[in-house]
Amino acid sequence: MAESNFWLDYILPLLLIVGYILAIVVPIMLSVAIVSYAERKIWAAMQWRKGPNVVGPFGLFQPLADGAKFFLKETIIPSGANRVLFLLAPVIMFSLGLIGWAVIPFDQHLVLADINVGILYLFAVSSLGVYGIIIAGWASNSRYAFLGALRSAAQMVSYEVSIGFVLVTVLLAAGSLNLNEIVEAQKGLWFFIPLAPMFVIYLISALAETNRTPFDLPEAETELVGGYQVEYSSMSWVLFMMGEYANIILLSGIAVILFLGGWLPPFQVEPLTSVPGIVWFLLKTSVLVFFFTWTKGTFPRYRYDQLMRLGWKVFLPASLFWVVVTAGAMHLFGWLPK
Amino acid sequence: MTAPSSLLLEYLPILIFLGIAVAVAGLAVGGSIFVAPQKPDPKKNAAFECGFDAFEDSRGRFDVRFYLVAILFIIFDLEVAYLFPWAISFSGIGLYGFWSMMVFLGILTIGFVYEWKKGALEWE
Repeated sequence: MAESNFWLDYILPLLLIVGYILAIVVPIMLSVAIVSYAERKIWAAMQWRKGPNVVGPFGLFQPLADGAKFFLKETIIPSGANRVLFLLAPVIMFSLGLIGWAVIPFDQHLVLADINVGILYLFAVSSLGVYGIIIAGWASNSRYAFLGALRSAAQMVSYEVSIGFVLVTVLLAAGSLNLNEIVEAQKGLWFFIPLAPMFVIYLISALAETNRTPFDLPEAETELVGGYQVEYSSMSWVLFMMGEYANIILLSGIAVILFLGGWLPPFQVEPLTSVPGIVWFLLKTSVLVFFFTWTKGTFPRYRYDQLMRLGWKVFLPASLFWVVVTAGAMHLFGWLPK
Repeated sequence: MTAPSSLLLEYLPILIFLGIAVAVAGLAVGGSIFVAPQKPDPKKNAAFECGFDAFEDSRGRFDVRFYLVAILFIIFDLEVAYLFPWAISFSGIGLYGFWSMMVFLGILTIGFVYEWKKGALEWE
């Protein structure tokens, strides 16, 4: 009897949790594959090329072929590298790209861990990304990797400060750290309208956080030959790429929750409200992922001093100022939450 | 509100999630090393240096401005962490809470202006 209780009380819930997690992880891996394919197709279309079109119909199986090829390549560990750290860094990057999804509400009650400090958790997870890059650059023991990691770390921490202030304005407007309650607070008006400048700052900082064009200086193929990734090959390199793409989708998802009303329909009218919330969430996230792709297809790379100037001299004062303005306006006009 | 055990229980899925993510990553790297042929070679395993042998150890000196950025980051990130609880309880703390934070932000802004004028934010 006691044994059956043990199974019912511990093993069954555990299996359920594992099932939920797999139901999140597998679609994310699939979307990473699809996004990597879609990006190449979109860039190709922007440059009047065809893009991948050989493997499968319209080249749809290209990501699978790439994955299989990388899996069968030799993993080269440089002789001067710290072997354990060298292999650990991509694992960190990949895991961080995934675990942020644990608190994302896909729908009103569709969330794995509905913790009451969801925003803080996401902030912490995105801050940890710096470790993966620093460890990769240090463990490689290569000049290019080291320089790329330094640049990348400085860039990420610079823009993290402005993201922090952006989060504070959203918290002021929502009055809660729980992601579901933040979405609920946007029932009347999505936050990207009253907090429009913050939305723009968040999107641009997200580009810098994920080391994407126009802020892809850490990778800068033409001068740093790939930055912190230069010594990586085979699966460990793939983990970096997958972590980066998972992170892009995650940051888009966070933007949707903070500014674009999460799983809420655009208007609270009948045909729109009967569509499941997850459809709205995924639709909005896809639009933002397309924004990332679009930027990479259209913008040249920034110079490093321009990048740091934008982060410290424009975004930091602007977001700090907007925190004061938001708080002041809320007090003056009595727009307090709850 | 909630007992500490149930509060911790909310974080259990995250812990399991972390375990699964690390396991998937480890399996991918380990599987690839196991399956793919490994033929190490001293030249192949040398650090990339555009075809030269490395002149010196790569972990040498680097620009002091990276330290500076890290120090500034700590100050402002702590400030943000300090703003979080203030923003959450904003509707309950009234004008007094509002103005005390404004004074704090004012002092920080003075520090920021000083940094700017001193040239700590220049990257020429």
